Amino acid sequence: MADAAADPREAAFQAAIDAERSVEPRDWMPERYRATLIRQIAQHAHSEIIGMQPEGNWITRAPSLRRKAILLAKVQDEAGHGLYLYSAAETLGVSRSELVEMLQSGRQKYSSIFNYPTLTWADVGTIGWLVDGAAITNQLALTKTSYGPYARAMVRICREESFHQRQGFELLSQLSHGTPAQRAMAQDSVDRWWWPSLMMFGPPDDSSPNSAQSMKWKIKRVSNDELRQRFVDMTVPQARALGLGLPDPQLRWNENSEHYEFGPINWDEFAQVLKGDGPCNAERIRVRREADAGGAWVREAARAWAVKHKPRSAEDAA
Amino acid sequence: MNDRSSWPLWEVFLRSRRGLSHQHVGSLHAPDWEMAVQNARDLYTRRGEGVSIWVVESAAIHASDPDDRGPLFDPPADKVYRHPTFYKVPEDLKL
Repeated sequence: MADAAADPREAAFQAAIDAERSVEPRDWMPERYRATLIRQIAQHAHSEIIGMQPEGNWITRAPSLRRKAILLAKVQDEAGHGLYLYSAAETLGVSRSELVEMLQSGRQKYSSIFNYPTLTWADVGTIGWLVDGAAITNQLALTKTSYGPYARAMVRICREESFHQRQGFELLSQLSHGTPAQRAMAQDSVDRWWWPSLMMFGPPDDSSPNSAQSMKWKIKRVSNDELRQRFVDMTVPQARALGLGLPDPQLRWNENSEHYEFGPINWDEFAQVLKGDGPCNAERIRVRREADAGGAWVREAARAWAVKHKPRSAEDAA
Repeated sequence: MNDRSSWPLWEVFLRSRRGLSHQHVGSLHAPDWEMAVQNARDLYTRRGEGVSIWVVESAAIHASDPDDRGPLFDPPADKVYRHPTFYKVPEDLKL
């Protein structure tokens, strides 16, 4: 805060933010604004990239050609979302290779939800319905974030995400209205993913250290707890339509607040998974590193080809 | 990891349908322009968003300085006579 007083540009920056003016890449910005955005956008990009793994796990075992085509398209979208976001982060002056390196060395995080395993086919449906549902709730709020390139990536991503959530709902609906075994598989899946989905919105507002400054800079527009509440309010009627229960005995409608109340979240589990002790942390990074190393010769070959065929001068090109 | 960073950055422009001009949609890395067009197809037109793609190496773009915004764009602001609303004409006439 001492710097804020020292640098008059910081006051002008805040005034522009308060006047709802988007920040664009070549504008002056406080270093902490830049660093916060790099961290947040990178973490978001890494989540999309790592998020391909739990679902990719089921591509070869999808029960029909229709489901396989849908899942392939969805996983391809996640790759695309990761790339939009990496591009947005790069406008802040960080390079792609630095970003990839920070993911693979564990210096930057990704959403802890992807450290849970996809044990059954129903998990593909639950991820679409709950995990993408939570992601959309969060991302819709981010379409109005103050940094232009990030907001634009979010608009594009939100447009594509709604198919993800709907295919998940439809998949689960087929299972929950299917045989008793299919129904049990769907319920087991929702039981496992419900609480981790609520954790996706991050720690409660009173223990979220970076939130206040992010709200002031309008990087964040809606608080963690408010987004979580929106998600619960939206999801409970959907669970009812699916005919599936949610694993929270304290879940109930509050007439006065006109919101659903829900039980306490196990933040110790959240902290543990975040720290690296989730069921799949090590595997996710190992697979990512292998994919990167395995693709190195392709990137090198493409680069060598480009160098060899690069027009040396205007005459060569003609 | 030099292999990846030596793939230059490209800006991608899409014509969403005939009759409209190309618009900037984002950027990507590719070793040459042909791969850049291929990657842009995969990345930015998965749902038929375009009928034509332009790619331009980001390094080839020269931009105005955002700090010059004032001096660079100010002059038109006091040339109000460039706008049709500057002129008084009889209200009952179609003009």
